[in-house]
Amino acid sequence: MGALKQYIDLYMSQREAIDAGSADVMNTLRPVALKALEGRELPDRGVEGFEKTSIDEMFAPDYGMNIGRLALPCDVAAAFKCGVPNVSSLLAVVVNDRFVPTATLLKNVPAGVRVMSLADAARQYPDEVARHYGSAASLESAGTALNTLLAQDGIYIHVDRNIKVERPIQIVTLTSTPVPMLTTRRILIVAEEGASLSVLTCDHSMSRDTAALTSQVVEIIAGERSRIDLCDIEETHDTQSRYNQTYVIQHAESNVAIGGMTLQNGTTRNEYRVNIAGRGCECHLGGMAIGSGHQHIDNSSDVKHCAPHSTSHQLFKYVLDDESHGAFEGSIEVTPEAPFTEAYQSDRNILASRGARMHTKPQLLIYNDDVKCSHGATTGQLDDKALFYMQSRGIPRDEARMMLMQAFMAEVVDTVRVEAVRDRLRHLVERRLAGYEAHCSDCKA
Amino acid sequence: MNELLKVTDLHASIGDKEILKGINLTVNRGEVHAIMGPNGSGKSTLSAVLAGNPTFTVTGGSATFHGIDLLDLAPEDRSHEGLFLSFQYPVEIPGVSMVNFMRAAVNAKRKYFNQPPMPATEFLKLMREKRAIVELDNKLASRSVNEGFSGGEKKRNEIFQMAVLEPCLSILDETDSGLDIDALRVVAEGVNKLKTPDNATIVITHYQRLLDYIKPDVVHILYKGRIVYTGGPELALELEEKGYDWIKNQVDKEAE
Amino acid sequence: MERDNNDTNDILDDVTGGEYKYGFTSDIDTDKIAHGLNEDVVRLISAKKGEPEWLLEFRLKAYRYWLTLTPPNWAHLNIPDIDFQAISYYAAPKSKEGPKSLDEVDPELLKTFDRLGIPLEEQKQLSGMAVDAVMDSVSVKTTHREKLAELGIVFCSFSEAVKEHPELVKRYLGKVVSYKDNFYAALNSAVFSDGSFVYIPKGVRCPMELSTYFRINASGTGQFERTLIVADDDAYVSYLEGCTAPMRDENQLHAAIVEIIVENRAEVKYSTVQNWWAGDAEGRGGVYNFVTKRGLCRGERSKLSWTQVETGSAITWKYPSCVLAGEGAQGEFYSVAVTRHHQQADTGTKMIHLAPNTTSTIVSKGISAGYSENSYRGLVKVAPDASGCRNYTQCDSLLLGSHCGAHTFPYVDVMNDTAVVEHEATTSKISEDQLFYCNQRGIPTEEAVGLIVNGYAKEVMNKLPMEFAVEAQRLLAITLEGSVG
Repeated sequence: MGALKQYIDLYMSQREAIDAGSADVMNTLRPVALKALEGRELPDRGVEGFEKTSIDEMFAPDYGMNIGRLALPCDVAAAFKCGVPNVSSLLAVVVNDRFVPTATLLKNVPAGVRVMSLADAARQYPDEVARHYGSAASLESAGTALNTLLAQDGIYIHVDRNIKVERPIQIVTLTSTPVPMLTTRRILIVAEEGASLSVLTCDHSMSRDTAALTSQVVEIIAGERSRIDLCDIEETHDTQSRYNQTYVIQHAESNVAIGGMTLQNGTTRNEYRVNIAGRGCECHLGGMAIGSGHQHIDNSSDVKHCAPHSTSHQLFKYVLDDESHGAFEGSIEVTPEAPFTEAYQSDRNILASRGARMHTKPQLLIYNDDVKCSHGATTGQLDDKALFYMQSRGIPRDEARMMLMQAFMAEVVDTVRVEAVRDRLRHLVERRLAGYEAHCSDCKA
Repeated sequence: MNELLKVTDLHASIGDKEILKGINLTVNRGEVHAIMGPNGSGKSTLSAVLAGNPTFTVTGGSATFHGIDLLDLAPEDRSHEGLFLSFQYPVEIPGVSMVNFMRAAVNAKRKYFNQPPMPATEFLKLMREKRAIVELDNKLASRSVNEGFSGGEKKRNEIFQMAVLEPCLSILDETDSGLDIDALRVVAEGVNKLKTPDNATIVITHYQRLLDYIKPDVVHILYKGRIVYTGGPELALELEEKGYDWIKNQVDKEAE
Repeated sequence: MERDNNDTNDILDDVTGGEYKYGFTSDIDTDKIAHGLNEDVVRLISAKKGEPEWLLEFRLKAYRYWLTLTPPNWAHLNIPDIDFQAISYYAAPKSKEGPKSLDEVDPELLKTFDRLGIPLEEQKQLSGMAVDAVMDSVSVKTTHREKLAELGIVFCSFSEAVKEHPELVKRYLGKVVSYKDNFYAALNSAVFSDGSFVYIPKGVRCPMELSTYFRINASGTGQFERTLIVADDDAYVSYLEGCTAPMRDENQLHAAIVEIIVENRAEVKYSTVQNWWAGDAEGRGGVYNFVTKRGLCRGERSKLSWTQVETGSAITWKYPSCVLAGEGAQGEFYSVAVTRHHQQADTGTKMIHLAPNTTSTIVSKGISAGYSENSYRGLVKVAPDASGCRNYTQCDSLLLGSHCGAHTFPYVDVMNDTAVVEHEATTSKISEDQLFYCNQRGIPTEEAVGLIVNGYAKEVMNKLPMEFAVEAQRLLAITLEGSVG
């Protein structure tokens, strides 16, 4: 215990430098975050909700931080190839927390849409950013409070009323550092009333031999009747740790689909906190984890229904091989204010080797009698009968296993609603399960 | 007095939507009435309102049932007084066996009339007798109410319950829907066996074919929440021949 | 479409106002020690029971450990602070020695158990059941002992077992539930009073249901009984437990431990109908039921089955569990938990698969009404070396009314790649269609709810022994008849 202290000490000694490298809107929240951290610790393994993952341990190493905002060397050009084939996406690269737009992005961003550095946005549109920054994220979480205390930059995506962004917005986030480092990144996505957009984030590391930790807080504000798709694909290395916290507020009749796909990583904890605040919303949460080696993947979801007539669907699937560990904790909460809720959650897991471990904890908290809610969780193996059937038709066992795993994951792939992104993901999953590193073929990251 | 049911200017709605817009209907003992009409005309609503389904609100009019105010009674008391509704979609009640269900029904009625509960042996005998009327399988009795029943079994089960409860007015709501010809025959024969000079039946149906088996004395045509035609059995045949458009056109024209 | 909500709640109130007919108190001369807990009290309890030194040591170790603990707060429960110094830890109906025959038992006491429907005169009893009756802290009377003794079966109060079969008690006490297990287990281990002891020798099938009725009578007391059941190789026993308490404004603490050991190919069925006083409609009074129940299926192909119908107690915190340590062992947990008024229940089970090819089944049916909170909490764990294990879990919640809560917290920990673990949960209410269908057939709403709820709980009720099933069904109907969803 006690990993938090080194970061608070760092903040206390560097607060001016941190403020100087950021913007006022972000700086004003730091003292609030500091107060929220008083007497707190980062959750340790075994704390309710953190049964298998210690955030404290994750933050314990003596990581450096790039407070002075030095431009670290990075082959950005290589990452630009990470486009979605056959689709011209609006591409940007984020090196650690520094936003690097591409020429096509600058040229093609439609009117009424901002895709830019969060700190820049906070300087240029302070009122707009202040309205949303920190409005969804909860400082009750020590991790989020720490992120708020230290974050200097990140990504800002804002879509004006009734504007529909046709092209997917693709953000490639890169960790690039010569020394062990903590990156604190912040993402803010706002869809005003009636707006619609689709975002694909690809999380890579260019420093395969250097331990690094990313603390990322994503806030998504879905205005009335807006539609947001977010697909987050993590393809890093076993040296990388990631604590990703996604907060969503859904206003009336909004429609949000989020997919969190962990294809390759070291230690990852993803949290999804969805607050359905308006009536008539639709929420889809999909998660995939493919583990091998010593990967550790922990997903935690909480969909809270606070208004009537909304539906939510959660689907999480894990395939765990070698000595990899998976954890899933998911909950559906229905408040007394949310009659006529329909909420479903499903967690299906396959253990593919003796050393693999899975912990699941699907929960229902229901305070209203006019609801349809269910959850289900299974942990098992690939179907022996199907394997044998395929073998008897001449398909080699390994290939048959791979095909069955791909088929198992297809259900999660299908939760991605943007066709180009879905096809891309399917391709990546196939490669990953076939034993290749799950990188786009021409991407060096 | 032979009059069993008298419905006068009955209005009913669901939410803000008025579905019955002034129904007038008199049914005497010993009669079989058929109520026909296109989909959405209010046929099932009429049966539900007479049985007291809380989904619908009565907004006007009256209904007297052998002299008492029907609309004033709770659904279970309407049942005790002798009104039976055969549901278009019989409801499944998991875990509750048919035997327990029927015993609860029979004894609730006896309690209403200040009679002691029926002894178990007598009750089982009653079940056996009545089952025969609709050729209902013995095994169905131990299964949960309507759970896993086929469409035909569900409808036969409805008539079986009617036989046990011995109502003086039975309303059969689309009892023919989803039945093949054999099941239809069994159900219809069951209904005919239960017919006496003292009771009456209202058959609600979209099609004429059930009326080949259960002969109506009076046929009504319901359209847009009103009874627009009343005639003898020949009306049903005419309807079968000409279709509902004939009625719709005529009524809609008059309305203009 | 919408039924008037107030109406619904009125009916609900009517129904859930079902009367608690066990709420009387009995005027029995009671030997009760002063409030408070310290080492001297532990020594006093031990001395009053004439216990051997090793048992006193066991108690003292537990007490000292308890001092280092704080009450658990992870459950979905709102537990008021309990003043453990305001409770009397020993109360016993006065008599010089344990009664040797029925004539020596206080007639008022016999009357009490008669009113509870538990006649202690053997000739009046159902022939298929032996009863141990426990009032406050002490076993009052165990019936049919001689008949059972012929088969080598020991069925007696815990205190007697300590005197008559010390080697058995010493061998098994605390082996399944260590005093270090949790706060209330430590407390119980320090101050436990009495309870039942059962030993079924090798190869014996117990010919009758063994049953214990627990009754809290004295005010200001806690009840801390301890039950130990051992089924030796190839033995079989079905054990029933029933609980009631008087209506009092105060909260009474009940912290029991049940330990079960199941040897090779043996089978134990443990059934509970828990109907402790639940507090009044405003949530005043009622029993705090904080119980640790666990069975160790030590032998190969051993089997332990828990069935519980929980309708009472202001707060319930209990997780009857199975440790499946013998190859091919089976664990089962069937539960119906009903909460109404301001009751809170956090209950479920733990299935710990330690050995290969062990299987477990969990069926939990929660029914919440009024302002109550009803949670299922369960753990299914498969150890790394336990290959070929299976678990199936089904949790259903039924909500009656819009002020109550129904929650599901399953923990699934799989450390072996050959395990198949399934969990399904649903939440529903009684549909208006079902109610109207029953109404149309003449069944009044109150009765219809009882019927539907009993149907909903049938899977569990069917697991109860016949004599209990009838009582449990009536209990469910009384508790909830007339609730509308």
